[in-house]
Amino acid sequence: MVETIRMEKVDVVKAAGRIDSHSSPELKDAFDLLLNDGRNMLVFDMSEVEFLSSSGVWVLLETQKRARRRSKGDLVLANPSENIKKTLDLAGLMHFMKIFDGVDTAVAGF
Amino acid sequence: MPKATFKARYENLGRICEFVSSTAKRAGLDDSAAYAVELATNEACTNIIEHGYGGESDNRIECSIEADDGGVTVVLLDWSRPFDPSGVPVANFAVPLEELNPRGAGLRLIRGSMDEVQFEPIPGTGNRLTMRKSR
Repeated sequence: MVETIRMEKVDVVKAAGRIDSHSSPELKDAFDLLLNDGRNMLVFDMSEVEFLSSSGVWVLLETQKRARRRSKGDLVLANPSENIKKTLDLAGLMHFMKIFDGVDTAVAGF
Repeated sequence: MPKATFKARYENLGRICEFVSSTAKRAGLDDSAAYAVELATNEACTNIIEHGYGGESDNRIECSIEADDGGVTVVLLDWSRPFDPSGVPVANFAVPLEELNPRGAGLRLIRGSMDEVQFEPIPGTGNRLTMRKSR
C-alpha cells in the first residue's frame, strides 16, 4: 500500500507493510510518477514499513539517483525501523541515505 | 522440523517469511535475530525465483526450519539449475551513487545477516541452501 502526499515544494510517499519483489514495483511507480512530473524533493515515510528487501533498497537508490540529477533534488528517509537501518547498513548503503526521525524534520531539511 | 512448500512466486515471499520468522520467534530469537532470518530467507527465495527458475513459475521451493539450544537453521531446497555462488560478483558499494548496481546485493544481505551460509548443488535435482542464525 503506497500513498503520495503532494505538498508545495516537497512530496511525501508513505508505504506500509512489506517491501519486497512483489510489492516494490508499486513503490517504484509512485516515485516514477513524481519524478516524471518534475518533482524531485522527496521524503519516504517508512513509519509503517515492516520489512525492506534488496529489491526495495534498489528502488530507493534508483529514485535517489534520479532525484539528485536535478538541483536541490534528493530522496530522504523518515522513521525507518532499527531493522531497516540494519538492512541498509548491511547493504553498505547507509552513507548514501539521509535519515530523519520525523516527516516534518525531513521536509524541513530541504 | 517445521516444513512448508511454496510455489516460486513473489506473492509467496510474505508467507515464506512469516513461516520462518514466527518459528524463529517461538524458538526464542529476539526481534533483531528473527528479522535477520526473515531477510536472508526472503533474499534467498527471491534469487531462486529470479535466477534459479528464471522468473515466477509453479516450480517449488521447500523451506524447513529447525530450532535448537543455540539458534535456528533454515534449509531451502529448489529444483532449479545448480547454483555456484562464486560466480556472483561481490557487490561493491565503494563507488559513487551513479555507478551502483544491484548485482550481488541479495547474496551480500544473506551472508551479512546469518552466521553460517552453505550452498550445495544436489546433482540431478537442484540446490540446498543451509543458513544458521545463532541466538
